[in-house]
Amino acid sequence: MDSQTAIDIALKFAAITVAFVVVLLVVAYTVLAERRILGFIQGRLGPNRVGPGGLLQPFADLLKFILKEDIVPDKSTRFVYFLAPVVATMAALMTMIVYPFGPEIRIPFTDIVIPLMITHFDIGLLYVLGISSIGVYGIALAGWSSNNKYSLMGGLRASAQMISYELALGLSLIGVILLAGTLDLARIVELQSGWHGLRWFILFHPLGFVVFLIAAIAETNRIPFDLPEAETELVAGFHTEYSAMKFALFFLAEYINMFTVSMLATTLFLGGWNVPFAEDIFGRGTFLFGLVSAIGFLLKVIFFLFLYIWLRGTLPRFRFDQLMNFGWKILLPFALLSIFITATLIFLWPNLF
Amino acid sequence: MLALLFILFGGLAIGCALAVVAQRNPLYSAISLIGVFISLACLYVMLAAPFIAAVQVIVYAGAIMVLVVFVIMLLNVEEEEHRRPRLRFLVPAAVVLAGVLIAEVAFILVTVQKSPALPGANTSDVGLTQSVGSALFTQYLLPFEITSILLLMAIVGAMTLARGGGLLPPRRGVNNAASDVASDGANGD
Repeated sequence: MDSQTAIDIALKFAAITVAFVVVLLVVAYTVLAERRILGFIQGRLGPNRVGPGGLLQPFADLLKFILKEDIVPDKSTRFVYFLAPVVATMAALMTMIVYPFGPEIRIPFTDIVIPLMITHFDIGLLYVLGISSIGVYGIALAGWSSNNKYSLMGGLRASAQMISYELALGLSLIGVILLAGTLDLARIVELQSGWHGLRWFILFHPLGFVVFLIAAIAETNRIPFDLPEAETELVAGFHTEYSAMKFALFFLAEYINMFTVSMLATTLFLGGWNVPFAEDIFGRGTFLFGLVSAIGFLLKVIFFLFLYIWLRGTLPRFRFDQLMNFGWKILLPFALLSIFITATLIFLWPNLF
Repeated sequence: MLALLFILFGGLAIGCALAVVAQRNPLYSAISLIGVFISLACLYVMLAAPFIAAVQVIVYAGAIMVLVVFVIMLLNVEEEEHRRPRLRFLVPAAVVLAGVLIAEVAFILVTVQKSPALPGANTSDVGLTQSVGSALFTQYLLPFEITSILLLMAIVGAMTLARGGGLLPPRRGVNNAASDVASDGANGD
């Protein structure tokens, strides 16, 4: 191993660490934002005691999770019981490395050009789909190993739901792949930078975006698709028997999944880091352009996170058969229709796109 | 560096494969099999075949093994008891077959080492998405379509078996038709 590879590896580790910390902070504050916004929607204040306006609440929560007693059920399958939350969190975190957070930037006063993404992967999109399909195991195994009927029901429901909606999710992305002609996420974002940074794929593939958004909410097991942890019927679903830090890991995985799905939606449909007219004002490749683009990316992601919270505050829960019917009989045909429309348009007017 | 990773993932694959056979609990075997698939996917990435690696994870680890885990969870399969094998002649047969397999592997290893022209990892585009896609939809279009029809037939067959013979619901009087459809909708989930 020569010195160049060593430096490269060190840089990768640094990038992963930075991204990890940023994601965890965003996730922590998403939880706080959810509690406060839900409070406002329901006509109350939400947690506002710890720190100014409740800003230190996530750290208080973390401390509470660490200090709580860790209870392991007596008849659980020990090894799988410990494995499940680790698998869930790892699968949620691993997709982070392929997203482009911003364009290539030059560090001021030097000639070093670095891309604002951790690794450039030719099949980034397939990688994301593959890793997220591994995430099912965390939930299914948690439900099985707890040796609890509610957990098993929750785990089965969650896996059935995730497998069903994965199909619609994957099909809704095919239109984007047709438009871009590549699976490389960085290239997909580059292709959306025309028209002063407004040539977003949502304009060409709107039906696919709607299908993707609905399937993504179901994939992350959020309201109105949160049947796996429906309190009224299943206590808490697959994580009924989990306590303290192991429960926190599932909690973390859910919010990281929300974050990564929002990043995927932004990258594929809303132009990624492209901010309208930013290139005309700052010029390409400058540090300021990179900063503005990265902030734009983060704002778009935060919009999706807000959408999640907003939906949770307003919509009731599906029934499980309604959920399955909706996924297979409505969402899937619409996903196929969106592929058909986009493919036909590309075939008829190849120069339009 | 590459050799180190190869040893790591190759070792992981072999270890998981051994665990699949050695485990008495079927769920542990299934988890080990997932480990095998993921290590194999890592090996494919190192062989410059990223598309095949991704498909390996999405199809095998993400879809097929989920079904296997599902079935094990639903049936609540007990741990396999360690009892004496009833078919004793299978043991020498297994030994002979394993010997044949090892001989085959040894033969392939020897011949491959002797062949002069090994394609470099970077010059080959076998595993890239574009080459796989264009080959599948031009040169191998007919086998591809036939395979999809085969899969469709398998699905229809599974449905027939699950419904207890007969694809269509049993024919009844005209008056019952409406309620028939309604109950069908409820059962279909």
